[in-house]
Amino acid sequence: MGFSQHTGKDGRLSMPSLFQQIQAGKVWDFHGGIHPPTRKQQTSQKPVAVMPLPDRLYIPLRQHIGVAGQLLVKAGETVLKGQPLTLADNSMAVPVHAPTSGTVLAITPHTGAHPSALPELTLVLAPDGKEQWREREPLTLASCDNMTLLNRIQESGIAGMGGAGFPTHLKTGVNQPVDYLIINAVECEPYITADDLLMQEAATTIVKGIDILCQLLNPKAVLIGIEDDKPIAAAAMMAACSQREHYYVRTVPTKYPSGGEKQLIQLLTNKEVPNGRRPVDIGIVMQNVGTAFAIAQAVLDDHPLLSRIVTVAGDTLSQPQNVLTLIGTPVSSLLNFCGFQSEPKQRVIMGGPMMGFTLADLSVPVVKTTNCILAPTAEELPAASNEMDCIRCSSCADACPASLLPQQLLWYSKAKDSEKLAEYNLADCIECGACAYVCPSEIPLVQYYRVAKAELREQQREALKAEQAKARFEARNARLEREKQERAERNQQLAAARQQQQLASGANNAVADALARIKAKQAQASADTANTATETASAATQSSADKTAILAERERKKQQAREYQQQKAAAIAAEMKADENAATDASTDQIATPSDSAAADNSNSTADNKAAAVAAAIARARAKKAAETAPNTAAPVQTDAEASTEAKTETDNDADPRKAAVAAALARAKAKKAAETMQSTAPAETAAAALTAADSEAGNGVDPRKAAIAAAIARAKAKKQADSENS
Amino acid sequence: MTLVTALIAVGTLALVFGAVLGYAAIRFKVEADPLVEQIDDILPQTQCGQCGYPGCRPYAEAIANGDDINKCPPGGEATIRKLADLMGVEAKPLNEAQTESVKRVAYIREDECIGCTKCIQACPVDAIVGASKLMHTVLVDECTGCDLCVEPCPVDCIDMVPLTVTPERWKWDLASIPVKMVD
Repeated sequence: MGFSQHTGKDGRLSMPSLFQQIQAGKVWDFHGGIHPPTRKQQTSQKPVAVMPLPDRLYIPLRQHIGVAGQLLVKAGETVLKGQPLTLADNSMAVPVHAPTSGTVLAITPHTGAHPSALPELTLVLAPDGKEQWREREPLTLASCDNMTLLNRIQESGIAGMGGAGFPTHLKTGVNQPVDYLIINAVECEPYITADDLLMQEAATTIVKGIDILCQLLNPKAVLIGIEDDKPIAAAAMMAACSQREHYYVRTVPTKYPSGGEKQLIQLLTNKEVPNGRRPVDIGIVMQNVGTAFAIAQAVLDDHPLLSRIVTVAGDTLSQPQNVLTLIGTPVSSLLNFCGFQSEPKQRVIMGGPMMGFTLADLSVPVVKTTNCILAPTAEELPAASNEMDCIRCSSCADACPASLLPQQLLWYSKAKDSEKLAEYNLADCIECGACAYVCPSEIPLVQYYRVAKAELREQQREALKAEQAKARFEARNARLEREKQERAERNQQLAAARQQQQLASGANNAVADALARIKAKQAQASADTANTATETASAATQSSADKTAILAERERKKQQAREYQQQKAAAIAAEMKADENAATDASTDQIATPSDSAAADNSNSTADNKAAAVAAAIARARAKKAAETAPNTAAPVQTDAEASTEAKTETDNDADPRKAAVAAALARAKAKKAAETMQSTAPAETAAAALTAADSEAGNGVDPRKAAIAAAIARAKAKKQADSENS
Repeated sequence: MTLVTALIAVGTLALVFGAVLGYAAIRFKVEADPLVEQIDDILPQTQCGQCGYPGCRPYAEAIANGDDINKCPPGGEATIRKLADLMGVEAKPLNEAQTESVKRVAYIREDECIGCTKCIQACPVDAIVGASKLMHTVLVDECTGCDLCVEPCPVDCIDMVPLTVTPERWKWDLASIPVKMVD
């Protein structure tokens, strides 16, 4: 793509092609732009200073556009210089490294290098001063394929160092053909000279980095754009590139914002990036000069991105200069190193005066994208004054490098009209601040656009989320419907199977069923009456094996019936005795219980488990009640305890744990109920008396149903009494 | 004669166009009610049921059939405005006295979760994972903040917590930056 479009479409062969024009050194222009005072002389003539190790390094785990890598170290661990702290487990992740050897103190949220000043997960490193390196494996360009190079670039934590922080391996790993690789060394913002100094001091390394980029992207030409206010840097780059035929160093006139990606593309190639597309779609890749340097270091020295040159400028500093700063150095240490004398209402800006942001806190660390720390005096960079009404002078539209209509955008931003904002291409705004700079009414236009852009992004996110939620909701409904159908089908199948089974089993079953019914009837009938008649009747229809079984069963039933009769007789006797006991008062009743229950047990000595269990339970319940009603008198409690243990041993002897458990549970429930009914003290005693009386009756008169009824009546009585006394 | 020719010509044309239109009506028939789709696209898809309908689509259908447009608290004023534009009716304030709330997501206090799966059954967008008698947790990215899981929880271990602001979601709210004196 590219050239043919520009070569004499209209047949004028004399018109040179775009490539020829570029080769001839032609530089174009872009719309708008401003000429703020550059103020670069403060720092551009001084060598890069190296800062001593700070006390602490605060390394945010995410310093680029994308996601943070997976954490590899824990607090308390010792790390070596250059050791990766996070692992890039996907393509959008870029790792961070230990800028020096030391100990990891903590991994906590810390104020981030972002205008929001929101806390971000940050690793705090205490340097040990040894500068101990991990093992390094330098690569040579000839021996590597592109994959190895890209992996090295990613593993070295390189993200665009011009300010955006886009992962470099993604930008250089494109599959589209690339015509031009543009190296952005324009550095158009006032004050900043970090790239200038880098070119002055390390031009040969930068060119090695460009060589690596060329191997990866294979462009037709490399264009290095430098503003014409950096003659030393341009000369150094020209000298370093003298051996490369297709590297062209181009100086562009000083104008803000010629360092913007789209603006520089237009300056150097006269091409415009279509709305909503990326430069690579028109065959152009742009990299910052600092990124090229970092790539050379990473590949050829195995030196990951641990430090960067930061311009520290402003009139509050006694030594404004460029400083080679470790990533993670707090801004306060950096400023102090340069002789910071703060004044009242001091502002400290990260980034340049046009696109930077004011820091809320000086503990914010320097990150991979930090190219400047600005500490100006109030006269040097006055704070925004009063905003006035727009006078429709259209200076902003003249200054806009993206050819937008800032006035219109301002109205729509204020009205929050997202449709109109999209229509007027708010997304193309590069937030350069040229409109706000020229505005005579001092309207901070770019702030309005930032808010509106954030709002638009949020709306897009919401829309996407709504779509996902809808899809999930529909998928869930479909799943529920399917499950319902499957269940219905399964039920139908089961029913059909059952029907078939019934059909298959036939008439024999009917006879068996009838026999079973007869048997059930017999069991209900009394033992002695009319047994011989049915016996003969059934004997006639049954086989001999069945006959013996039925006979045995019948014999057992008879035995049971006899036992039951015996029990009943004994119970009646016991009941009469218990009635007498009920007439006496509560305390004697309590003391009498052991003997009572013993008597009851004696009467049922014919190994009746149920009776024993019930007795035990009642005894325990009574013991509890006694404890509640008469907590002061120790003696009855003791006797009751004896009673309960006695009862317990009895139940234990029964050797039926389930029954015992049931009995215990019943006892507990009764005790609870009793406790509830005995809330008020005055009626409690009488209620207890009634209850115990009822209980003793129940205990003696083995029939549990009767006992339950008696207890219920007693409770009802107690309640009534309590109610009447309350009212 | 000319009259007859003209009549025949016009008649033929009418037949041809009729046939073409008739074919187009069958060939390019629009299946669903597009109005319902449009309304559904405007609604926030939280599926919360606060409008009184079981989900956003049923409410969209109800609006298409003439129901009020002001029954969607999660959508807030913005949704009402859009619906009013679409339906050509007057924008009304939310019918409940509800302030437009901050975006919230459900959060399960995992220590207290008994694994009853009641919230999983209540979630309209399957944003809760977990199994019977095992701890459940909320997929924050999928949660629509509809509140429907809070009520069924027998141990009240679900909270609705406001989404934390991340640098990506931050809206250049410059007034909220804590002003700090640099010394």
